[in-house]
Amino acid sequence: MKPFTYLSPKTVEEAIAFHGQHSETAKYIGGGTDVIVKVKEGWMEPDFLISLKKIKEMSELHKNEATGELSIGAMVTHATLEKSLMIQNEYPIVYDAVSNIGSLQVRNVGTIGGNLINAVPSADGAIPLIALDGVAQLHGADGERSSDVKDLFLAPYKTILKPGEILKKITIPPQAPRTGSAYTKFGRRAAMELPLIGIGVLLTVDEDLETCTRARIVLGVAAPTPMRAVDAEKYLIGKKINENVLIEAGKIAADESKVRDSVRGKAWHRKEMIRVHVKRMGLNCLKKIQKIN
Amino acid sequence: MTTNISFLLNGDEISYDVKDHWTLLHLLREEMGLIGTKEGCGNGECGACTVIVDKLAVNSCLYLAIEVDGTAIETIEGLASTDGTLHPLQQSFVDNGGIQCGFCSPGMIMSSKALLDENPNANREEIKQALAGNICRCTGYIPIFKSVEAAKEMGGQNE
Ligand SMILES: Cc1cc2nc3c(=O)[nH]c(=O)nc-3n(C[C@H](O)[C@H](O)[C@H](O)COP(=O)(O)OP(=O)(O)OC[C@H]3O[C@@H](n4cnc5c(N)ncnc54)[C@H](O)[C@@H]3O)c2cc1C
Ligand code: FES
Ligand code: FES
Repeated sequence: MKPFTYLSPKTVEEAIAFHGQHSETAKYIGGGTDVIVKVKEGWMEPDFLISLKKIKEMSELHKNEATGELSIGAMVTHATLEKSLMIQNEYPIVYDAVSNIGSLQVRNVGTIGGNLINAVPSADGAIPLIALDGVAQLHGADGERSSDVKDLFLAPYKTILKPGEILKKITIPPQAPRTGSAYTKFGRRAAMELPLIGIGVLLTVDEDLETCTRARIVLGVAAPTPMRAVDAEKYLIGKKINENVLIEAGKIAADESKVRDSVRGKAWHRKEMIRVHVKRMGLNCLKKIQKIN
Repeated sequence: MTTNISFLLNGDEISYDVKDHWTLLHLLREEMGLIGTKEGCGNGECGACTVIVDKLAVNSCLYLAIEVDGTAIETIEGLASTDGTLHPLQQSFVDNGGIQCGFCSPGMIMSSKALLDENPNANREEIKQALAGNICRCTGYIPIFKSVEAAKEMGGQNE
C-alpha cells in the first residue's frame, strides 16, 4: 500500500482545518472498509488520511424522547445500529438494511456515513434513511448546512459534498403513529453480495388501520442514484391497503424505475423483482402496524 | 510516518512503532511474526484475516494498525493455554472435522469466539450469520457449524 500520513482530529472543526491544509492530497476515512480497499488497489492515492474515528459526537446514536427526533452520527457503525433495540423496534427498515450489509466483520467497522458518501447505486444504507425522510447535516469550511438524504446523490460515486465537507450526522424526524417500514435486497446469494435491487417501503395508515395516509417507496440500484418511486407513492395515498393495491403500486414503481441491463442482472428481471418486493414489503409494513395497534 | 502505539495483544502489553499505512494484518504477520492469522483476499471478502479488536471480529486486512492504539486484540495465537491445551473451539474444530486444509480456520475460530463470547447460546442461524464473512473452500461449512455448536456445549466462551 502506498504510504500516507494518518491524522486523527478530535473535533469536526479540526478535521476540516486539516483538510484545508492538505486539500488536494487528503481524504477522510471513516471505518475504512471502502477507503482501504481503494488505497490498496491504487484507485485512491492520498498523502493524508484524516480519520473521523476520534470525533466523539460523530459516533453518537440518540433519540430525543421529548421531540421524537432520532440522530444518527455519521460514524455510527452498521453493527451498532443492528444491535440497537430502539432501531430494531422503532425503525425496522434501518435494521433490515444494515443487518444485511457485507459480513459482520464489515458491519463492525463500516459506518453509515461512509456508506452514504461512498454513493454507490447499491448502497444499502441510503434507502431506509430516504424512506424515513432523513436529513443530512453537513459541515464544511463555510459552516453548516443540511440536505435531505434523498438529495445527497448526484451520480454514482458523486454526492453534493464540497471538497473538505463532512457529513456529521443524519436526523430522522418523529415518525407518525401507525407507521410500518421494511427493506429487502435481492441478490444472487444472501451474504456478502451487493444487491441487484434494493426495495424499501414505509406506510402510515389512518386509525382504521387500512387507509394509507403516507407512503414511501425507495429503490436502490434502480437508477444511477437511489430513487423514490413517487408515482407509486401517490397512487397509494387514500387507498385501503391490501394485496391488490400493493400489486398495482409495484407495477407503477417498476415502470418508474430506470433499471438497466448489466453484467449482474437483466432489466426485465429487476423490474419483476421490484413488482414482487414492493408488494411483499408493503404487506410486511401492514403486518407490523397491525401487530402493534 | 511512524507512530508509537500501545495495545494489549492476547493479554500482553505491547508498545510498537508502526508506519501509518500498515494494516493490522501486516503488523501481525510481517512485523511481529504472528503468522497464525492468514491473508486470503486482502479485500475484506474472505475473513481469513479475522481477529478480535475490543471484542469485535474485524478483517485485519482492512484495519489500520495505527487504529489499534489503546485497544485489546485477540488472535489465534492467544487461544491455547501455555501448556498446550487447546481452547474448546480449537479442540472442537479438530474433533468435528471443522478443519481440513486449515487456511480458513484461524479466521473461522476468531469469528466464532467473538460470537460465543457475546452470545454463549448462539443458535445455528446466529452462527451462520456470524460466519457469513468467512469463506471455506474445503469443508462445506456444515462441520464448521457443528464444531461451533459442540464448542458451545464445552463452554467455548471461556478463555
Ligand atoms: C467485503 C465487503 C462487503 C460489502 N458489502 C456491502 C453491502 O452489502 N452493502 C453496502 O451498501 N456496502 C457494502 N460494502 C461497502 C462498505 O463497507 C460500506 O459502504 C460502508 O458502510 C462504508 O463505510 P466506511 O465507514 O467503511 O467508509 P470509508 O471507507 O471510511 O469511507 C467511504 C467514503 O466516504 C468518505 N467518508 C466517510 N465518512 C465520511 C463523512 N462522515 N463525511 C464525509 N465523507 C466521509 C470517505 O472519504 C470515502 O470516500 C462492502 C464492503 C466490503 C469490503
Ligand atoms: S484477507 Fe482479509 S478478508 Fe480476505
Ligand atoms: S478448511 Fe480449507 S478453506 Fe476451510
